[in-house]
Amino acid sequence: MAELDLKEIGVRGVNSALHALPEGTNDQDWEINNPMGLHAIACGLDAPLKVKINGHAGFYCGGMNQQAKITIQGHAGVGVAENMMSGSVCVTGNASESAGATAHGGLLVIKGDASSRCGISMKGVDIVVGGSVGHMSAFMAQLGHLVVCGDAGDALGDSIYEAVLFVRGKVASLGADCIEKTMRPEHKTKLTELLTAAGIDADPSEFVRYGSARNLYNFDIDNLDEY
Amino acid sequence: MCGIVGLYLKNTDMQSKLGALFAPMLIAMTDRGPDSAGFAIYRNPVGENETKFTLASDDAKTDWESLASELEKKLACAARIDLHGDHAVMVTESDPQAVQNWLAEFRPTIRIVGSGRAIEIFKQTGLPKDVAEQFKLATAHGSHAIGHTRMATESAVTTEGSHPFATGLDLCLVHNGSLSNHNWVRRELEREGIMFQTENDTEVAAGYLTSKLRQGASLHEALDAGLKELDGFYTFCVGTADGFAVVRDPFACKHAVLAETDDWVAMATEYRAIAHLPGADTARIWEPEPHKIYTWGSVH
Repeated sequence: MAELDLKEIGVRGVNSALHALPEGTNDQDWEINNPMGLHAIACGLDAPLKVKINGHAGFYCGGMNQQAKITIQGHAGVGVAENMMSGSVCVTGNASESAGATAHGGLLVIKGDASSRCGISMKGVDIVVGGSVGHMSAFMAQLGHLVVCGDAGDALGDSIYEAVLFVRGKVASLGADCIEKTMRPEHKTKLTELLTAAGIDADPSEFVRYGSARNLYNFDIDNLDEY
Repeated sequence: MCGIVGLYLKNTDMQSKLGALFAPMLIAMTDRGPDSAGFAIYRNPVGENETKFTLASDDAKTDWESLASELEKKLACAARIDLHGDHAVMVTESDPQAVQNWLAEFRPTIRIVGSGRAIEIFKQTGLPKDVAEQFKLATAHGSHAIGHTRMATESAVTTEGSHPFATGLDLCLVHNGSLSNHNWVRRELEREGIMFQTENDTEVAAGYLTSKLRQGASLHEALDAGLKELDGFYTFCVGTADGFAVVRDPFACKHAVLAETDDWVAMATEYRAIAHLPGADTARIWEPEPHKIYTWGSVH
């Protein structure tokens, strides 16, 4: 295991060191110390590394990640794992707004609560939140899964496309075109798989599935006069 | 843009270090607001019958001592004055309104930046580190402080347009965001007799709270009413005699983070302003919810 001290070499130093690793390197385990809430830590990685950030991170931590398994030991600021393509990002504390924004793939796990707009415009990522999510979560969510073990704030899944949402607790309100749906066996199987991958112990049968009514994004001839 | 920060010490043993802990918070938010900075610090509460005024003047030659002695004569009261950069802190037993009236009539170029029993407000154009240095923030003691680093979007870069804005005795406001209906609210408030020194939207929010408090509302009620009537994107941090309050608009898209330990509670636009505080690594950290009023200390 190798260590990088962010206080000494700065964000650019840390990220350059991780980007410069040759393909197939044996140095796959990394720890980043003294993150001090700085932004863009461990962004743009594209290698099967294990990266542990020992402390609270600022904005956009783990953004654009591919392949790497990143753990943030603490709180994550705005836009954690934004635009992740593959790999995983795990936050042991809470996360600020827009967690997993626009992410295409991979797994984002937030053990605590996520704030507003969690999974905004998600495009294929799987997000598992141990606690609750704030308002406007899964706004314009296109693909992937959002699992919320606690409650969801107002306007969940507003203008949702094909993402699938599972919520165990209360939903303050559903956004436009987001509706409750039947939990079929294949959904329960997927949910079980996601909870297991996230290491969160929760009973899948306590969750409710939400998704798109598909009324908003299909052209309706009756609305012709509106255009 | 803009950055706001607040630090309230629950552990009174730490009061001698308030400035040393708070100055790096303000300076950490320089990237968000490099054009001016300001802070309110709560310290050395004066006696029951006294009022503390923070005064500012654009004229470097202002003779503060003679101002105080003239005021003593005219209002037949004792007045003592300390200089802090181009600001002065004056303590007097005179009726606060009489002092305001006297200054408005005889020293119209002097601005009252804040008043109360404990509050002192210092603000200036320039980099936060220069503003902190000018007013010796790093060595200041006190119970709590709130501060602001400004990147102006709504009005001119001037000392008057810098935050915090006083909203009443021992009350002040810093703001990250912008209000969209401030011209309308300003006109309404002017009709009620609230005076404004600038075109700044935050001054309108401060004036709004002042108006509600004058009508007898509690701070909580005033903030609650503000959530309904002030339109825009904002995170407010309000300093009170014994604590502070944090409130975000219903959309909550202006960043804010809160951190709390047994010794202190801190708020900032970004966590990196809090990271250096002792025990921050194990603090409870979360993002304040929209449309919810958070308070510490007493906010009556």
